[in-house]
Amino acid sequence: MSTGTVQIALPAKRRRALPGTLVGAIIVLGASLAMAFFPGLFAPYDPTAFDYNAIMQAPSAAHPFGTDNFGRDMLSRVIHAYRIDMQIAVFATTAPFVFGTIVGALVGYVGGWAEALFGRVVDAVITFPFLVLVIAIVSVLGPGLGNMYIAVGVIGWVFYARLVAAEIKIQRRLDYADAARGMGYGHTRIIFRHLLPNAITPAVVYWMTDMALAILLGSSLGYLGLGAQPPAAEWGVLIADGKNFMTTAWWVSVFPGIAIVITGLGFSLAGDALADLLRVNR
Amino acid sequence: MREMPLISVEGVSKRFRFPRTASDILTGRPPAAVHALNNVDLEVYRGETLGIVGESGCGKSTLARCLVRLLEPDEGLVRFDGKDISLLRPGERRAFNRRVQMIFQDPYSSLNPRMSVRQVLSEALSVHAMRPKADIPTRITELLGLVRLPADAADRYPHEFSGGQRQRIGIARALAVEPDVLVADELVSALDVSVQAQVINLLLDLQERLKLTVVFVAHDLRLVRHISHRVAVMYLGKVVEISPTEALFAAPRHPYSKALLDAAPELDPSRRTRVAAARGELPNPLDLPAGCLFNTRCPFAFERCFAERPALSARGPAHFAACHLPDFGNPAPETIAAQ
Repeated sequence: MSTGTVQIALPAKRRRALPGTLVGAIIVLGASLAMAFFPGLFAPYDPTAFDYNAIMQAPSAAHPFGTDNFGRDMLSRVIHAYRIDMQIAVFATTAPFVFGTIVGALVGYVGGWAEALFGRVVDAVITFPFLVLVIAIVSVLGPGLGNMYIAVGVIGWVFYARLVAAEIKIQRRLDYADAARGMGYGHTRIIFRHLLPNAITPAVVYWMTDMALAILLGSSLGYLGLGAQPPAAEWGVLIADGKNFMTTAWWVSVFPGIAIVITGLGFSLAGDALADLLRVNR
Repeated sequence: MREMPLISVEGVSKRFRFPRTASDILTGRPPAAVHALNNVDLEVYRGETLGIVGESGCGKSTLARCLVRLLEPDEGLVRFDGKDISLLRPGERRAFNRRVQMIFQDPYSSLNPRMSVRQVLSEALSVHAMRPKADIPTRITELLGLVRLPADAADRYPHEFSGGQRQRIGIARALAVEPDVLVADELVSALDVSVQAQVINLLLDLQERLKLTVVFVAHDLRLVRHISHRVAVMYLGKVVEISPTEALFAAPRHPYSKALLDAAPELDPSRRTRVAAARGELPNPLDLPAGCLFNTRCPFAFERCFAERPALSARGPAHFAACHLPDFGNPAPETIAAQ
C-alpha cells in the first residue's frame, strides 16, 4: 500500500438547525434584558409617582395592569422591577457557578480525600432546606440584596460543584484523558482544557434553571422583607404590597407574579437550548 | 544477550484493590485485590516489534499502561534507556512521555470529542515544542499525510470520522511528538476486519520509515504473527513464554501457548479438531492458584506444578518458557534421552 491510496472522502459538514427552544429563549430573555436596561422606554409612567386620583384602579386602557394603593401604575412598576430581578438572576448565580465549577473540577480530578471532604460539605449544606439556610444567613447579615447575594453564594456553589465533580470523575477515566496524561500534559491543562469542556454542560444548564430559581428566591426574600427594600420595585416586594388587597385588587399581586413566571420560562428555555447546543457528538 | 534493551520490565506486579468491605473489617482480612500483573519480566529491543498476546483479563493492557507510566507498578520497575521510569525528574519525565507514546484500543473514547484534529495535533506539537509556531500548520498537514488522512480532516471533530480514521488520528497524535516507542493496546480490535488491515499495514509502514519500536498488545494471534518479531504470551498476569515469532508458532514450549494456538480457529476443515487443549475457565484473579498459575487447566500438570511457580528458563535461542516440563513441545526430542 503506498501513501495516499486509502484517502477516503469525508462527509460534508452539516449545519444544525436552530432549536425552537433557543428562539423562545432569545425572545423572552431579549425582551427581559431590554426592559432591565431601558425601563424608561417601555414604562408609560414614573413607577414611584403617586396619583391620588387613581388609587386601586382595575386594569384599564390608561393603566393596563391597574394601580396600587398609592395610585402608582402597576405596569410601570412591573417593568422597572426587571432591572432588580434580572440583576438578582445574574448576580446571585454567576459567582456560585464559576466557583462551584472550579472546585468541582478539582474535587472530581483529585478524587480520594478531596472527594471525601467535599462529600461532608455537601451533606452539611443539603441537610438544611435551601430557603431556610438563606433566610438564616440574611437575618444574621441584615436584610438587603447585597447580603442576599452573599448568602446564596455561600451555599449555591455546592450544587454546581457536585454536578461538575461527578461529571469530571466520569471523564477522567476515559482514554482521551489517559492520552493527555501520556502526552505529559500538566494537570491544569488536562482539567481545564480537556476534561472540563466535556463535563460542564450539566452545570451550564443548571445555571440557567438556577437563574429562574434565584428570581423566585429574591422574590421570596423581597416578600419577607429580607431582600430588596421598598419603595424599590421588585416583583416579590410588589406581590407583598398587594397581599392585603388580594380579594379586592387582585391585579396588584397577579401581574408581578406573571412576570416571574414568564421570566422563569425564558431561563428554562435557555437551559434546554444550551443543553441542545452543547450536546457533544460522539 | 544482544544490545541493551530499550525498555526492560523487571519483576513488575500490579494489584487493583477493592474497597474494604464490612466483612473484611470484621474478619481482619486484607481487602480483596485483583492480581493483574504477577512478577512480569520482559525486554523490548530498539527497532523491534514485540507482540503481547493472551486471553482477555490476562493483564496485557495493564502491562501496556505500566510501560507508558499511566499506572505505577506495586512491585518491580520499568527501565527505559536504562533508567527507572518511576524515578525520573520532571524534565526527564517529560522527555520520557514524548519518547514513549501509547495508542488506545477504543477509537471512540480515545479522542477528546470537543477538540478538532488540528487542536489535538497542534497542542501536542506546541506543548513539546516540536516545531516553531509558524511551522505547525505545515507539520499538521504532513502528519495527516503520514497516516493517510486528507488535509481537510484537520478542521473536523472526532464524530465526523469512522473508527479506522479515528485510530489513524490517534496514531498521528502519537507521531506528532516523534516518539521512539509506540505502545499499541488492542489497536484494531474494535475495527472491522477490512479496516484492520489498513491500519496494521499503516503501522508497519510507519515503523519501517520512522525506525519505531513497537509493543503490540493484541489477542488476535494471526495479527500478532503478521507483525511481530518476537511474541510474549501472557497468562494471569505473567509472561509464560517469550520467543521469536516463528519459533513460537512452529513449536510452542509452554502448554498454555500451545492451547492458545490450538484454540485459534483453523480455516482448513480437514485440520479441524474437537480436542480441547486447555480445560475449564480462567481461575479467579482475586484468588490465584498456588504453584504454576496454569495448573488448574493444564492437562500435563503434576505435583511440582502445584507447589512451585516455574520461572522463565531458556528453551532455545532467545526462546524462554515458564514450565516445569523443559521438553514440552520440543521439536528435537533427543534431549529427552539426556534427561
